[in-house]
Amino acid sequence: MALKDITLGQFFPGNSVVHRLDSRTKLICVVLYIVALFLANWFFTYAIMLLVLAGSIHLSKVPPKSVFRGLKPVLFIVVVTAVLNVFYTPGTHVLAQFWIFTVTLEGVERAFFMVVRIMMLISGTFLLTYTTSPILLTDGLESLLGPLKKVRVPVHELAMTMSIALRFIPTLIEETDKIMSAQRARGADFESGSLIQRAKALLPLLVPLFVSAFRRADELATAMECRCYHGGEGRTRLRQLKYKTADYAALFLFLAVTVGVGVLGHLGL
Amino acid sequence: MQPIIETKQLTHTYSAGTPFEHTALDSVDFCAYPGEYLGIIGHTGSGKSTLIQHLNALLKPTSGTVLFQDADIWSDPKITKRTRFQVGLVFQYPEYQLFEETVYKDISFGPKNMGLDEKEIDRRVRSAAYFVGLRDDQLEKSPFELSGGQKRRVAIAGVIAMEPKVLILDEPTAGLDPEGVESILGNIREYHQAHNATIILVSHSMEEVARSVDRLVAVNDGKIPFQGTPREVFRHGDELEKMGLGVPQLTRVFHRLNAMGVDVDPSVYTLDQAKAAILEKLGKGAV
Repeated sequence: MALKDITLGQFFPGNSVVHRLDSRTKLICVVLYIVALFLANWFFTYAIMLLVLAGSIHLSKVPPKSVFRGLKPVLFIVVVTAVLNVFYTPGTHVLAQFWIFTVTLEGVERAFFMVVRIMMLISGTFLLTYTTSPILLTDGLESLLGPLKKVRVPVHELAMTMSIALRFIPTLIEETDKIMSAQRARGADFESGSLIQRAKALLPLLVPLFVSAFRRADELATAMECRCYHGGEGRTRLRQLKYKTADYAALFLFLAVTVGVGVLGHLGL
Repeated sequence: MQPIIETKQLTHTYSAGTPFEHTALDSVDFCAYPGEYLGIIGHTGSGKSTLIQHLNALLKPTSGTVLFQDADIWSDPKITKRTRFQVGLVFQYPEYQLFEETVYKDISFGPKNMGLDEKEIDRRVRSAAYFVGLRDDQLEKSPFELSGGQKRRVAIAGVIAMEPKVLILDEPTAGLDPEGVESILGNIREYHQAHNATIILVSHSMEEVARSVDRLVAVNDGKIPFQGTPREVFRHGDELEKMGLGVPQLTRVFHRLNAMGVDVDPSVYTLDQAKAAILEKLGKGAV
């Protein structure tokens, strides 16, 4: 059942202020948030960003525990980044030295901020997927990228592909789980053995999974054709995206934060 | 008689500690006896699939124990592994688990994992294929060339080839035509008799289980509200219907008669029983 516990990009149904925001607003806010995060460069500006993140999590009513659990899969990257930064930052305040490694104060500071930055970056984007259903997310993306249609970018097709892909992630996870159980019932062993043995053991899992993915794709295509799907042209939507007061407020707030952090960051705060 | 497999106070909770937490089984005491043909009924989401996956150690209980031949199946990895082979589980729509190049190789996957020698594997594959009615020339075909019903036979043979002492089948007839249903149920009966194995048939078709099984266990909301012979269970017609489970058509007729004030036994489910019940009601002179 371990597969079911994957939280990556999982939607947390709810009805908070953050959930109700227009998906385009949230997408823009996340982009602004990321930009601000890269402009921040000292304690004060990071504190502002942390406040923004904590405030958003609080408003979204998503349990903070779940947000942090989402960080687990990237822990490895975080650790590697920290180690590299600690050892490879040149500086004048040498804290420790052994063999070819030198640890400087600058390195430690930089590693610290790097780790904080990555963790905040991921928590922030997770908050977006936690509070926005995949369908609304792709709708928002399609609408934001709309102008690109003028230069013949197949925006609708891309958005449709993405929403189908997102829609089928849970289905495929469930399917994987089921096939794994079925093969385990026939004595398949996915957990032990050497790397090569384990790769071989995946065959009884992967073959049925691919077969069923192709079957599903085929069935879906037929079903869509039966309902006269013919691309984005002239297609209307069940859920119309509309900016409300809260959206303008959120956009203004994030814009202000980004500009503010940019200015303060420039001053070295 | 000693049960061959039993659960004691078995509880299973999915996604514990998240908003999706869900208790699928709640302190369930279940048992099956050697050589018994047992039916498990319950609607979708009642916990029956969770229950059967505990019986062959695919799921680990949140609390409680599962005993196979009196040994706790989680007490020792060797026992866990042995249980997997001796308690065969055929999943719902098992045809989606086929993966090998030929039917023969697919059926031999289980026996191979058991570490048997070539000769024994060959014997088991052929006898399993015979049980489910596959012809010799089909053994060398790719399983993906076969029809849906035949694929299912291959998948069932893949489990039967391990010659389990307990064979559990989750809705083995779902989506088959009446002829396919008959022949698969017949194959299962043959295996039951030939190996004196315990069969656990999971289904939501009352007609289907009523005809085959010696004993019925109803699962609802992670608990077992009733169990007993089909007649004992069908006596609870109203409660079964509230759980979203119908009773066989004949039983329903007799329940209705009962409700109308006719004093007949409401637990009948076959024509013979119905005939006997009516004759008893009318008295011998009526014939």
